[in-house]
Amino acid sequence: MSFALTPERQREAEEIFSRYPNKLAACIPLLHLCQEQHGWVSSEVIDFVADRCEVTTAHVQGVVTFYSLFNQQPVGRHQIWVCRTLSCALGGAGEILRHCEKRLGIRAGETTPDGRVTLRTAECLAACGQGPVMQVDKTYHEHLTIEQVDRILDGLLAGDEK
Amino acid sequence: MLKQVRNLTRSYGVPESWTLRVSREQGGYESARKAYAWPAQQIIDEVKKANLRGRGGAGFPAGVKWSFMRPHPTLPAYLVVNADEGEPGTFKDRTIMELDPHRLIEGCMIAARAIGAHAAYIYVRHELHLAKERLWGAIREARDAGLLGENPLGSGWAMDVQVHTGAGAYICGEETALLNSLEGRRGEPRIRPPFPAQAGLFGCPTTVNNVETIASTPTILELGGEAFSRLSDLHHLGDGGCRLFGLSGHVQRPGVYEACIGLTLRDLIYELGGGMLPGTKLLGVIPGGSSCPVLRPEETVDAPDQKSVLHPWHGMSVLDVPIGVDTMRELGTMAGTTCAIVLSDRACPALALQNIMRFYRHESCGQCTPCREGTGWMERIVDKIVAGTATIEELDMLYGIASNVMGNTICAFGEGASMPMLGFLRKFRKELEQHVRTGGKSSTGRLNA
Repeated sequence: MSFALTPERQREAEEIFSRYPNKLAACIPLLHLCQEQHGWVSSEVIDFVADRCEVTTAHVQGVVTFYSLFNQQPVGRHQIWVCRTLSCALGGAGEILRHCEKRLGIRAGETTPDGRVTLRTAECLAACGQGPVMQVDKTYHEHLTIEQVDRILDGLLAGDEK
Repeated sequence: MLKQVRNLTRSYGVPESWTLRVSREQGGYESARKAYAWPAQQIIDEVKKANLRGRGGAGFPAGVKWSFMRPHPTLPAYLVVNADEGEPGTFKDRTIMELDPHRLIEGCMIAARAIGAHAAYIYVRHELHLAKERLWGAIREARDAGLLGENPLGSGWAMDVQVHTGAGAYICGEETALLNSLEGRRGEPRIRPPFPAQAGLFGCPTTVNNVETIASTPTILELGGEAFSRLSDLHHLGDGGCRLFGLSGHVQRPGVYEACIGLTLRDLIYELGGGMLPGTKLLGVIPGGSSCPVLRPEETVDAPDQKSVLHPWHGMSVLDVPIGVDTMRELGTMAGTTCAIVLSDRACPALALQNIMRFYRHESCGQCTPCREGTGWMERIVDKIVAGTATIEELDMLYGIASNVMGNTICAFGEGASMPMLGFLRKFRKELEQHVRTGGKSSTGRLNA
């Protein structure tokens, strides 16, 4: 099955192409746009982006595998990144990560069996003065304590089912 | 000497500081107006007089970098702003983008005018969603107000700014990797020459500057280059102005602080940072991002030669030396991004080193063999040290590996990974040896306080 953007995202894609003097430069922003819709970068997405940017699928595949934020397989509806780099580690990021793993019943890099949450570690989220920090989807949560993590996870695990 | 100022951070704390309305109330775009009335050379001269050293870590004089740009007969010139902030410990540029994005847009106008560009790309790391949102909001406001577009401020000098995002790769903070990434490629650094000023983005003459460097230019034009430079105690060393200092780790008040250059590590940790966490003692400090070799509080300055940059601080603690590009280099470390990471005696140095080495192994792009293999090798040995299964010979091997990565790679990432390794080996030799000899029993077993 081939991939296509929603009409609204299609308009956004046109706007992205207008920012650059060539089509190749739109490759990464376009991949983000597709991933936002599809959740991950499937081989259909790669075909779509290659076609739109007028490059080979091999090129797009190379780009996708270089960057850590392109999902090469399906992920949970929510994504959590716990920063584990030095400043956050000095603030107790290790405990935060272990607590997330325990609460969710999965290890970093895995998705809960119900497909709700993917837990990951991050390398430096540039919030070192506010550590420990974790990013939940697009939001940073700073100065974390175990209690706060519990509240955040409660919200994720209870909400959003329609 | 500690001199706090509010130039770059003038709007921080003002409600809705990211809007054009507040920016204008704080004097925003007045410097751009000046720049658009001046010839390009005059802007470059002013920035040269300001002794503005790059704020991204390398400390190269910004005015000199701009002067490398030569008009090309057929190709356009580009300004690229490096907002891929990701050096562990560094979190200052994010505050500018989130709290005063118009300052960055205004800086782009000034810099683009100076280097002859009509377009700027701000390369923001993907994770910084709020920063991107605020930047796009500011760009839209500036376009609507006629500050960007075909005829900004009636100057006839067309100018536009775009935000571009990465996708999670520390190496894209290296300027040529950033350019590849911006062109839609894998973020692998390029071989120089050609330098970006000759053939950069899309093969065109390009200047790449850090966010804070660009955001400092409105202040330079406001105060005048000479006056800006003289804010600094290191004016005589060609290291001018004020800048943002970050602080994280085991201190009471971590955060981002603006101060004139001349600030010492002691000022940063004990005055601005409120000192160490209760019951802890300072073990070491990494002055400007994790690539910078660690300093220990017991170290003193050894500079009997009167011609030495460090001579005025001869015999004093390294904590009392102003944080400057040249002063820190003479101390065998770097000012880097001037965002310090503070380790207390609760933290195990072997675990800290392991954390840093894991980062560099994870982020090596894999293009050059010494870096790709060396970072993995160093991490594996440090893992063994932490696990208590390493030997003293392996500790010595780390010197050899780190030294063989240095200087043998396309970009400075190899140095970035090796320098902290060599720093820890030199400064924590005793602790690491003890760790090896006791099979890890000498460790506090933790990083948190």
